[in-house]
Amino acid sequence: MDFSTFLQQLINGASLGSMYALIAIGYTMVYGVLRLINFAHGDIMMVGAFLTLMGVTAGLPFPLAVLLGIIGTVIVGILTDKIAYKPLREAPKISLLITAIGISFFLENLFNVIFGGIPKAFPAPDYLTKVLHLGEIYLPVTVIIIPVVTVLILGGVLWVLYRTKYGMAIRALAFDIPTVKLMGVDADRIITIVFALGSALAAIGGVFYAISYPSIDPLMGVIVGLKAFAAAVLGGIGSVTGAVIGGFILGFTEIFVVALFPELGGYKDAFAFFFLILVLLFRPTGIMGEDLERSRF
Amino acid sequence: MKNAIVKLLLILLTLGFIAWANQTLDSYTLSILNNIGIFAILALSYNLINGVTGQFSLEPNGFVAIGAYFTALFLIPSSDKIDMFALVDPAPIVLQMQASFLPAVLIGGIAATIIALLLSFPVFRVRGDYLAIVTLGFGFIIRIFALNSPAYTNGAMGLNDIPEVANFMWIGTIALITLIVMLHIIYSKYGRAMKAVRDDEDAATAMGINTFRIKTVAFMTSAFFEGIGGGLLASFLTTITPDQFSFLLTFQLLIIIVLGGLGSMTGALLATILVMGSMEWLRFLDDDMVIFGMHTGAHPGMRMVVFAILLIVMMLFARKGLFGDREIHEIIRDKFKKKGKA
Amino acid sequence: MSSPLLEIRNVTMKFGGVTAIDNLSFKVPSDAIYGLIGPNGAGKTTIFNIITGNYQPTEGTVVFDGEDITGTKPHKVVAKGIARTFQNIRLFKSMSVLQNILIGFHDQIPYTYLEAVLRLPRYHGYERRIRAEAMGILEEFGIADYAENNATALSYGNQRKVEIARALATKPKLLLLDEPAAGMNPSETEDLSQIIHKIKKDYDLTILLIEHDMKFVNAMCDTVTVLDYGEKIFEGPPAEAIVNEKVVAAYLGDFTHA
Repeated sequence: MDFSTFLQQLINGASLGSMYALIAIGYTMVYGVLRLINFAHGDIMMVGAFLTLMGVTAGLPFPLAVLLGIIGTVIVGILTDKIAYKPLREAPKISLLITAIGISFFLENLFNVIFGGIPKAFPAPDYLTKVLHLGEIYLPVTVIIIPVVTVLILGGVLWVLYRTKYGMAIRALAFDIPTVKLMGVDADRIITIVFALGSALAAIGGVFYAISYPSIDPLMGVIVGLKAFAAAVLGGIGSVTGAVIGGFILGFTEIFVVALFPELGGYKDAFAFFFLILVLLFRPTGIMGEDLERSRF
Repeated sequence: MKNAIVKLLLILLTLGFIAWANQTLDSYTLSILNNIGIFAILALSYNLINGVTGQFSLEPNGFVAIGAYFTALFLIPSSDKIDMFALVDPAPIVLQMQASFLPAVLIGGIAATIIALLLSFPVFRVRGDYLAIVTLGFGFIIRIFALNSPAYTNGAMGLNDIPEVANFMWIGTIALITLIVMLHIIYSKYGRAMKAVRDDEDAATAMGINTFRIKTVAFMTSAFFEGIGGGLLASFLTTITPDQFSFLLTFQLLIIIVLGGLGSMTGALLATILVMGSMEWLRFLDDDMVIFGMHTGAHPGMRMVVFAILLIVMMLFARKGLFGDREIHEIIRDKFKKKGKA
Repeated sequence: MSSPLLEIRNVTMKFGGVTAIDNLSFKVPSDAIYGLIGPNGAGKTTIFNIITGNYQPTEGTVVFDGEDITGTKPHKVVAKGIARTFQNIRLFKSMSVLQNILIGFHDQIPYTYLEAVLRLPRYHGYERRIRAEAMGILEEFGIADYAENNATALSYGNQRKVEIARALATKPKLLLLDEPAAGMNPSETEDLSQIIHKIKKDYDLTILLIEHDMKFVNAMCDTVTVLDYGEKIFEGPPAEAIVNEKVVAAYLGDFTHA
């Protein structure tokens, strides 16, 4: 691999990793506050892409369509929690997980009924699909924009989490819900914020996915969701920084392994799974994770 | 003693029905019965890990696929394989895989069991819900392997002309055996330990139960019968492709065991009949409907929207399903006891 | 004096930067009722979790019956002869009282998975035997009438009995009771202390109990160790503990905190 190919793949990896990171944050935050694997989170990303597509099809300017798409997705995410998860806070854990699967399946099939199962072309504006030639490197504008925007957003999210009172409450909730409630924090409000924030990031991830590929279908969130979850576990479930690191590691791995061993291309989607297994075997707390599983007597 | 006689009578009666149905019923009715039989095997075994042991798993489609592929490869005559594999020549080992029906089905079950054992190490050593996500991922990985290993699976084209040995005699009898095995497990120290793990894992450990081992045993048992169900499915359908073993299969089974009551084997059996029946009956939802003279157009997937809503509503409002975590004979017995007292 | 059944040797337990137990040592003689007392957060339950193998101590060893059991897995500790109850009663909530007790026999039933599935003679033999034995334990506790009732439907006092009965079913030499009298009214407490004395004699037990209620401890224990902030501040007869300056200060401190 010569230097320019390396550079090109590095940027591709960063772009892919950004997408995983954006979605992994939602998984890790919800797991942090509710100890729930939100199976529907990958589908929330799909909702983001489709709502944006609706806006674009309706003739809205692209940035406005994206903004409305994000807002719509946030509403869907919050509603999911209010309708399906909130009534089960005190129920056995398995009920919550089954409900999450139900929501996931519901969203996939609802969008399948509305939009059909055939992949839809995603009309991204020209200024995003342009390809730049820098010497021997071919770079679509999106591949540069995605990591840059992601890093800016992540900076914002980390600032919220570590520098604001809401962020502090979210992190405190990840340790001990009853105590935090005793301290006068409205846990339900914080959980709503977590779902809103996670859904917004997933919607942005969905739009990035749509622009990069550039077609979308109702099942697009399934594999990406699984991978993002694996990234969150790799980084240490419950840790936002870990989710970001895990997302990028996964993105780079997928791009570079396939670049070096093209015959493994067909197995690209399986890498995340092997990461997941390896992490569980050798370091269940992940790279950054604290031991959230420690039993509490 | 009285119980044993009742049990024997019920078994003989069921076997009699299976033999009668297999002889006399038309092929359409039999195909419905076969479907129910296979789904009953899958639902009963899925219920063991999910309902009885309380470990949320999403594995059935993956293990069914493993059983189906192994059984199919052992059943298809080697001469047929050479013609069938269109993309690349079959691997030498594939040509050596030959067995008669029962061994072929058992091999499918054993293969799934071994995979379950391997998956147990990463998922059961940690607490938490990793089983669900790992098994969900596993279902996709199996598909990826099936698509990318044409020398073993014939890729996306799948395997066809699988000898159609699985009739209702086989399927019905194996379903009956599955039910009996599951009930015997439940009423033994192993079943009690599984329920203890479900109710309170720390307390179970404090009773000297090796919870890792109990979970692994439950998971392997589930996998074994799911592999067998897969083998029967392959021989019943005569054609299998990677896309058949999608998450939809797991989802249907999840609906069934939730409806029956998580942990109730007899509930799972009854729910299999109800869900399989209503799946057929609700088929119209996917088709073009005329409501007040307006065509709605065909909506493939509408049924699944309905079933997803059903699952969520059940979880929110009727979490116990039909029988809770009890068996039908326990419920009947208690009814009689209460009447006796009153 | 006979050799101790349980010995805690220089145990230290740190969680992150917090020291929960600081260089603690004590010996529980065979046949004793030994109390572990101290204000909230003194590290009593942490010690239980170290003995049962739920926590691996940062430093130090736990010796049981002459054998170093530090770091032994929790289910194996039970097999060695240590059983426990929980501070907040943790019965198996989907099960009847009898089934709860049967779980305690898990390790004593030798039939294999295959024997259970095929219902071979050994299955029937052992199921019959442990059922009879479990009913015997329930009778000892005076709750045999509730055998078929759902365990969590019982009164608080009776649930506590089921939990102790369940622990006894594992055939322990050492029984760890975590605040057995918590949440009980005086007559229930009285009933409980009689039962504890009775089973101690009938089953030849050594008992280590955590308690908050000094009166209960005074009536029950031969010796107590008082913990404060993970450190031992007193060891001796309970009557002396009550008048010990340090102990009183620790408890008063607890009151002023609360």
